[in-house]
Amino acid sequence: MLDHYIEDEKDKVEVTVPVIGKSAGVLSFNDLKTGGYIKQRQKDKFTVRCMVPGGRLPIKKMKKIAEVAEKYGADYVHISIRQSVEIPYVDYHNFDKVAAELSEADQKVASCGPRVRVPTACSGCEYNPNGLSDTQGLTKLVNDKFFGAECNHKFKTSFSGCPIDCARTSEMDLAFQGAVFPEWEEEKCTGCRICASACQEDAIHDHPETGEPIFYQDKCLYCADCIRACPTEAWVSGKTGHIVRIGGKHGRHPFKGSVVAKFVSDQDVPAIIEKTVEWYNKHGVGKGRIRIGTLLREEGMMQSYMEQMKDVFKDKAVKDPKPPLEINIQE
Amino acid sequence: MSDIKVDAVLDITNEVCPMTFVKTKLKLETMEPGQHLEVVLCDGEPLRNVPRSLKEEGHKIVGTKKEGNRFHLIVEKGM
Ligand code: SF4
Ligand code: SF4
Ligand code: SF4
Repeated sequence: MLDHYIEDEKDKVEVTVPVIGKSAGVLSFNDLKTGGYIKQRQKDKFTVRCMVPGGRLPIKKMKKIAEVAEKYGADYVHISIRQSVEIPYVDYHNFDKVAAELSEADQKVASCGPRVRVPTACSGCEYNPNGLSDTQGLTKLVNDKFFGAECNHKFKTSFSGCPIDCARTSEMDLAFQGAVFPEWEEEKCTGCRICASACQEDAIHDHPETGEPIFYQDKCLYCADCIRACPTEAWVSGKTGHIVRIGGKHGRHPFKGSVVAKFVSDQDVPAIIEKTVEWYNKHGVGKGRIRIGTLLREEGMMQSYMEQMKDVFKDKAVKDPKPPLEINIQE
Repeated sequence: MSDIKVDAVLDITNEVCPMTFVKTKLKLETMEPGQHLEVVLCDGEPLRNVPRSLKEEGHKIVGTKKEGNRFHLIVEKGM
């Protein structure tokens, strides 16, 4: 159904609540959208996007959102693909009340537009059996530090706890996936062959006679299945950290992000985001709304980015990474 | 693994996850700490999940044997 009743993008309404980067007053629909109030097809109705960093929603906030939605919205909320909770059918005359009541539970309204978005994340290592990294802790840290920072275009981040990559790190502008390098201690090994069978990547073969593992690092995804399966702790965690992917996006012309560093630490993450956004804003000047992946596909830009990042990535940098790869969704 | 006296044998080769571990856990619950259970399981997913879950719950795998695509684990019940 195509709707013929959508007001002009330039239409303005008077609101009594400040939205991100703007104070209250007469604001355009675009300003409002930037602040997380999204114009609906229906006259005077907006969807209010509540931020839920990493998909973790404390019960206190959840109850408040429910209360506000019941009072000012419809009889449902919508969970967005990026883990926000959206309250549809809010009349813009009620924005101030909605914002004030949500803030009673410290629930913030998320943003859209050309800026660093709320990170998405899986549940990570706290209770997920596959989790290798503290995705939730990092999400909170990154959201507190970078949420709303202005960029040339939208800038999406995510955190996955392991190579299963539920948080789709290869489709984000910049994202981090937990990884562990397995190390083998010969003296503890009994040659039981369990690790060779447990590895799903064919990265471990069992020696025909001794049963001991032969490790093929080029095939390893750093998932730690071998470490978990080994009965004698002969496989142990070596370096742990994050695989860093940059320049991915979805949309009509998706890009698969490129791996630019391996095993960066939690402490490296804020500096990586800061330096990347700095590079993005500098090199995107005059190019309009350009995603970082598009920029990185331009001649020489991958090298320029890696040069910018060398002090942060240090020995964790990937040598000569490829630019993000375009994916054709029509074939 | 031949020198360990096995107190019970459990074949979970026809089970799928998570029943593989659930059955193992139920069997272990009927046993005393220090007793040994021989678990027969298949390659693949059960092998990725059962040994790690056993370790996480404080049991010890004290012996192993591979037979084709099956593994035998000797599990010593933990406290
Ligand atoms: S990415 Fe890994 S740790 Fe995160 S939810 Fe998926 S399986 Fe679990
Ligand atoms: S970490 Fe994962 S992929 Fe690498 S060898 Fe171990 S089981 Fe295989
Ligand atoms: S699972 Fe552990 S003990 Fe068994 S072969 Fe592999 S490293 Fe050796």
